[in-house]
Amino acid sequence: MSLDFGVWLGAFLTLGIISFLYKDNPVYKVCEAIFIGVSAGYWFVSLFWQNIWPKLVLNLRDVVTALVHGHGPGGGVVYLVAGVLGVMMLMRLLPKVGWISRWPMAFIVGATAGLYFITYLQSNALEQMKATIQAPLITAEFYKHLWPPPPFNPYWNPLLVFVGTFTGLVYFFFSLEHKKAVGVTARIGILFLMVTFGASFGYTVMSRMSLLIGRLDFLLGDWLHLVR
Amino acid sequence: MRFFELLLRIDRRWIFLFVGVAVAAPLFMHRDLKIDVTPEARGIYDAVEALPPGSKVMFAADYDPGTAAELQPMAVTFLKHAFGRGLRVIIVGLWPQGPQQADLAIAEAMREPGVAARNPQYGIDYVNLGYQSGNEVVIQRMGSDISAIFPRDYRGRPLEQFPIMKGVRDLTAISYLFNVSAGDPGTLQWVQFAGDRFHVPIGSGSTAVQAPQIYPYWPQQLTGLLGGMKGAAEYEAISGFRGKGTVYMLSQAAAHLVVILFIVVGNLAYFLTRRKGSAGGAP
Repeated sequence: MSLDFGVWLGAFLTLGIISFLYKDNPVYKVCEAIFIGVSAGYWFVSLFWQNIWPKLVLNLRDVVTALVHGHGPGGGVVYLVAGVLGVMMLMRLLPKVGWISRWPMAFIVGATAGLYFITYLQSNALEQMKATIQAPLITAEFYKHLWPPPPFNPYWNPLLVFVGTFTGLVYFFFSLEHKKAVGVTARIGILFLMVTFGASFGYTVMSRMSLLIGRLDFLLGDWLHLVR
Repeated sequence: MRFFELLLRIDRRWIFLFVGVAVAAPLFMHRDLKIDVTPEARGIYDAVEALPPGSKVMFAADYDPGTAAELQPMAVTFLKHAFGRGLRVIIVGLWPQGPQQADLAIAEAMREPGVAARNPQYGIDYVNLGYQSGNEVVIQRMGSDISAIFPRDYRGRPLEQFPIMKGVRDLTAISYLFNVSAGDPGTLQWVQFAGDRFHVPIGSGSTAVQAPQIYPYWPQQLTGLLGGMKGAAEYEAISGFRGKGTVYMLSQAAAHLVVILFIVVGNLAYFLTRRKGSAGGAP
């Protein structure tokens, strides 16, 4: 059994949180409150010392020092603008002048949209369209390995991706009534979507089980030294 | 039929108990499952193997202790693999606790005999630049000047002190980037900015929850992908560094079997009891 106080504390908190599986209880509530409190405190300290202090306070100090010595603020004026926008954001806390916070919010939305407009188009649309269209039709390897059929042959996978993408898009195309050929294609698209949701669910189960395994390994190994 | 009716009324705590036992019991067994390596995991292994010794690789640790169970084994294996190949590793993090997790991974990787024999030195063979807030903007800036966004290392020392950073001005100096990602910011941002914009080859190790989101980027925009604990076990299997990923796979498989069993039995019970209800006729 571990002699480390930190390990004992971790074990107590883990058991406290897991105890919710039996039923809600005061120990669980204490552990939950500790988790929320520690998280909030950690983030506050982290963001202050990683953001506000080095990126705002220290840079503004340099601007003020330059002005005191009779120099211009130079490029440091951009930090002044950022600081003002930050204060404007806090106006949200005062109901009468809360509307002021819409300006920095508009800045954030505009800057983020501008930053992501090209990257999303490039990475999530053009690159993937190219991969989807090119892969099944251009790869010579595909034509050499047509047998066995899918799903036993990975060479068919690119074609499956192509068919899945196409039929999935048809399912979300509402300008044509889903009847006859369009209906059949959309129906195939639904099947692909269902398989996708199933795979996502399977991965989610695996992820949650991994977390449980990690915690049990901590309890049985690091704490009790029963497994290694 | 009565058995199935009882099953439908089973207290969910029994299910928790079954899953708990299924996960815990295999931890006492010292048996490894046979692990098939998928092309996704092989892609990362091959990319690292293809790099000449001395190449500079970046390890982006974008996760925290909450997801360490499935991501830490990937981080440890990558570092063992990289140090074993004589690569130089630059660590960065877009999550505050990522660089701390990387430090733990390095300490574990150093215990590997092959790595210990090489005795990697801080500042020469690896450096931890720490956490930087700003998500994708950080990557964007690294594309033009890494020292502008990471002027100091994790412990506050200027980058000029470290021989590993000599000649590393921007992302073009990085031969390969391995991102361990628990969410946002993570692989999505590294692919969009470092990969597609600055053409850095990227491999990703992500949580299983996130893997379906990342899959579309493989194999064109990612050289490889490790999805959850299974991905970690595959990487361990192909690289020959047995670790927690391999150890945990028996528990993972047992837990999955229990879940599948409950889904099958639950559905069977539901349909059989419903049919009986229909045959009896509604009042």
